[in-house]
Amino acid sequence: MPHEIHERREVQALMDRGAQIVEVLPLDEFEEDHLPGAIHLPLRKIEAEARQRLDGDRPIVVYCWDPA
Amino acid sequence: MDGKLDWLAAGLPTEGTNAQLPRAGTVARRDVPTCRLDELLGPVRERVREARWDACVVVNDERVVFGLLRKAQLERDADESIERVMRPGPSTFRPHVPIAEMAAFMVSHNLASSPITTSDGRLVGLIRREDAVQAAHELHAGKEQTPWKRKTGPA
Repeated sequence: MPHEIHERREVQALMDRGAQIVEVLPLDEFEEDHLPGAIHLPLRKIEAEARQRLDGDRPIVVYCWDPA
Repeated sequence: MDGKLDWLAAGLPTEGTNAQLPRAGTVARRDVPTCRLDELLGPVRERVREARWDACVVVNDERVVFGLLRKAQLERDADESIERVMRPGPSTFRPHVPIAEMAAFMVSHNLASSPITTSDGRLVGLIRREDAVQAAHELHAGKEQTPWKRKTGPA
């Protein structure tokens, strides 16, 4: 079940356990800076591409620019 | 984690083109002396001199910044408490601020130095204006040289 994460430590713990990190911002923003190991999957393509690009058996962390 | 901005503001590592560029957090001096609110100025001043610094950041046990001691504060009476002599609540900046922006701000506001802190207020280091300006110049010089570099290589 999806849920919101607000603690960086929780994200880091998930990364250590092999979670897939997904950034949904535009490509140019992703290329400038992204979390280590993050995959670029823009918001408008998530529905179409998530199943083929992501492993449903591993945790997935999706992030944007800020919580707004 | 409240988005990428929160991650950047915490000074955590990133990947990408900007990750290779100097930022406030990478230029800040991490060896800046620190002290606590409840210390007396005398021993702190001695520590700062031995470290060959002219500034000291006042922090708690979790390295949360409370104040700053610069030359004028360090010259006060040795028996005064740090809490009394320090400059409280200094302007701080986040680690991910681009160095050109940092340098320009420090010059326009005549800031000799400034603590760089995470979004939690924890000290990353102290950035000095001369270091920021030099890093910004080197970055600019490097970018100007890039077109020449691209012209070299196999025809």
